[in-house]
Amino acid sequence: MTLPIAGQTDAGKAAEATVSDVVIRFAGDSGDGMQLTGTQFTNTSALIGNDLSTLPDFPAEIRAPAGTLPGVSAFQVRIADHDIHTPGDAPDVLVAMNPAALKANLRDLRDNGVIIVNTDEFTPRNLKRAGYESNPLEDDSLNAFRLYQVALTTMTRRALEESELDVRSKDRCKNFLALGMIYWLFSRPLEPTIDWLRVKFRRRPEIAEANVKVMKAGWNFCDITDAFQVRYDVEPAKLEPGTYRSIHGNSALAIGLVAASRRSGLPLFLGAYPITPASDVLHELATYKHFGVTTYQAEDEIAAVCAAIGASFGGNLGVSCSSGPGIALKAEGINLAVMVELPLVICNIQRGGPSTGLPTKTEQADLLQVMFGRNNESPVPVIAASSPANCFDTALEAVRMATAYMTPVILLSDGYIANGAEPWRIPEVEELPDLRVDFHQNAEGFMPYMRDERTLARPWAIPGTPGLEHRIGGLEKEDVTGNVNYEPENHDHMVRLRAEKVARIVNDIPDLEVDGPQSGKLLVLGWGSTLGAITGAVNQARADGLTVSRAHLWHINPFPRNLGDVLDRFERVLVPEMNLGQLALLLRGRYLKDIETYSKVEGKPFTRDEILHRIEQMAGEANQK
Amino acid sequence: MNTTEAPTLTRKDFQSDQEVRWCPGCGDYAILAAVQQVFPELGIPREKFVIVSGIGCSSRFPYYMNTYGFHTIHGRAPAVATGIKMTRPDLDVWVVTGDGDALSIGGNHLIHTLRRNVNVKILLFNNRVYGLTKGQYSPTSELGKRTKSTPHGSVDFPFNPLNIAIGAGATFVARSVDVFIPHLKAVLKRAAEHKGSAFVEVMQNCNIYNDKAFAALTDKTGRQQNGLYLEHGKPLVFGDNKDKGLRFTGTDFEVIELGNGKSADDCLVWDEEHANPSLAFQMASISTGDGLGDFPVPLGVLRAVDAPTYDAGVIDQIDELTTARPQTLDQLIHGTDTWTVDAGGNVHRGAN
Repeated sequence: MTLPIAGQTDAGKAAEATVSDVVIRFAGDSGDGMQLTGTQFTNTSALIGNDLSTLPDFPAEIRAPAGTLPGVSAFQVRIADHDIHTPGDAPDVLVAMNPAALKANLRDLRDNGVIIVNTDEFTPRNLKRAGYESNPLEDDSLNAFRLYQVALTTMTRRALEESELDVRSKDRCKNFLALGMIYWLFSRPLEPTIDWLRVKFRRRPEIAEANVKVMKAGWNFCDITDAFQVRYDVEPAKLEPGTYRSIHGNSALAIGLVAASRRSGLPLFLGAYPITPASDVLHELATYKHFGVTTYQAEDEIAAVCAAIGASFGGNLGVSCSSGPGIALKAEGINLAVMVELPLVICNIQRGGPSTGLPTKTEQADLLQVMFGRNNESPVPVIAASSPANCFDTALEAVRMATAYMTPVILLSDGYIANGAEPWRIPEVEELPDLRVDFHQNAEGFMPYMRDERTLARPWAIPGTPGLEHRIGGLEKEDVTGNVNYEPENHDHMVRLRAEKVARIVNDIPDLEVDGPQSGKLLVLGWGSTLGAITGAVNQARADGLTVSRAHLWHINPFPRNLGDVLDRFERVLVPEMNLGQLALLLRGRYLKDIETYSKVEGKPFTRDEILHRIEQMAGEANQK
Repeated sequence: MNTTEAPTLTRKDFQSDQEVRWCPGCGDYAILAAVQQVFPELGIPREKFVIVSGIGCSSRFPYYMNTYGFHTIHGRAPAVATGIKMTRPDLDVWVVTGDGDALSIGGNHLIHTLRRNVNVKILLFNNRVYGLTKGQYSPTSELGKRTKSTPHGSVDFPFNPLNIAIGAGATFVARSVDVFIPHLKAVLKRAAEHKGSAFVEVMQNCNIYNDKAFAALTDKTGRQQNGLYLEHGKPLVFGDNKDKGLRFTGTDFEVIELGNGKSADDCLVWDEEHANPSLAFQMASISTGDGLGDFPVPLGVLRAVDAPTYDAGVIDQIDELTTARPQTLDQLIHGTDTWTVDAGGNVHRGAN
């Protein structure tokens, strides 16, 4: 929404206006602390009770040359007094710490939006680095916006005049001056950030206090001067009663895996190799050793998955976490798990590709890779998380499928939800699924490839159990005995058996639910992280008077039992995907249904309006008929 | 977990019901027999053994042992074994691999497993050829070797497996020969008793694709003339009548004829526990292993030193933190910053 320029005024004070929804983008150099600034604003707003959604956007380089466009790091956060689904299409407020940050982000800013710039950085040298021919603060190029020029660096140094810190350390506090100003502008309390600083820098209190001082200086600057004519507030959202926290997707995934470990009684083993944007799962799980979690930073992606398979063989919950390039390397290991029928969860936090591609950008173009990127007939269940908080439930469901069906399972997430945050209503532990597992113990009549009648799972007989000594491996197995077998009929039988086992998962997954009319002209069907944009677009289309239905897939292999019926009930099915139509290909092949793909492969998530426009366009075509 | 007290086990207890499918005359039969004889002597219940292998002729080994076994994928056995040992320290984990499996496709996993000192035993059957894929040269094949993939002779310089292991920081490095049964059994037993990664190279004859590769060492005269049987604390003497020895000049080894005023006292006394691995490296380097050079082939234990194992380090950390930081799942899920929305829609910081 556009921020109003007038509000209720008390004598001598800035006018105050309440807004229902605001999008703020913090942008600066990679070293300016923009991710941290944005995260602090997010956490404080969460504690106030706003609904929120975030979109970090940072370069692959750790410190690209200062002041250049490739070095710009940004963090967008949307806060609202109502239920929201995306981090917002266009910022209302842009904080630009230097000319490059202004240049890289200006085109996204809403008309009449607020720009706060650090004038100290608008030197001829920095302007040239950013590719400006004239100073945008002095020409007319920013006339369409509300520009606030603040000497952030100068003010920071002045606030810290009495501090013992060196100039460089002082200058590093300037993001907190900007944060203090934004806190004032949106009527947020400083206490949560002050508390955080004092814990974070408990061993370096001089750093904590310098940041506190600078943040307060930013706040006071706004409060005392008339820099801003209007001050805003965003009231708490009317969320369902309960206890909430703000959570990132990778964090929800890590916690979900620990929860699954506890609920199954299986110690968690994570084999991983550092890769963007999956490394945070390794980092977070490495801090949960007190939950019996073993994390193993292997020599490569292959060793990471192989060690996880070894851990599963030994009776642990084996997990490996990576992104597309790493999943490519793990393919042979995943296939081994298919053949030896051991539980294993492989998380693919997708990023832009192919090859090294766009490491820090988001995409959902690994769907066909995880479905088919292994030699031969290699059925693997696939499940996709749709939001940061949903990563928690998805982890539990992946573990359930893996252990109940003795199979590797692939969990898809992506950079957008991995690094994005939203409020999460914290579940009661007792509400979580019971995932208890019984290892096979009885030696009488034991055969390693005998099967459960319902699930077709083979027994999990772990080393150390007397009388169950047996051998498994990648060579084709004889049914029941598990002995190596090359006979044609047996192979045909086993290929079909492995496929049937995965297909049977359909028996205990929920049917696909359709939001809106259960049949009609248009269904917008999504999977994974497009949930927010699709939901926002469909809700808006309905508010605008259009009739449109919506559904979102969680399980992708196997598909929910009723999916074919659902598709048949609609004249047109639109699938927005951050790829060139991968789910659409699966749907066409499976259901012979004409699916309309809406592709976007820019390394950025869909905006709500992009999908809304497509829905409007399709509605318009329908009217013309 | 239920485990039985170690009963008296025999060789037969370790023979599986599977038909052994190596070529008749393959050196692997002798190694299998030796392992089946050594395992019952270790005092470990049968269900505690896990044998992990990769791909290749040698990697069929687990199928023939009546223990837990895992025939994995090419080169990856050390990685799978590491995952098993880290999570199940109660198990006795053995890796069986070959020169192609361990040193070519799986080189990375081998060196990192040895570097970490994971408490697994690695038996590398070195026959200097790819057998299962029918006769291509391997990373240990000698220069000039003619194979299907090198019809004009290999120009590919070979590895010395012992030096790879020593260079990777292995805490136990030894070598034996498929047909030297008592020696092989003694080396296997030493490996089994070592705490940490134990690397054993077993010279193994492939009678189909690389027959008699080690004949100069294994034939009747070669055993004594060309084998240097290392013994900790004993001087380096060898030869038919112990008539030769190895002296260390300070930079190199040299062969000396004993007698004529020279005795075992002039030879270097072998120290497998030497802290610096350089001497073991140099010892491994005196011969390519086939008995054809000027120097004998070192056999037995080249290096055996004590060092903390990776798996124990990992487990100790988990045990320590589990005691020091008790936390419930509920606490983990809640984290540190929460807010509560009450039935009236009011928001306050913290949990209920």
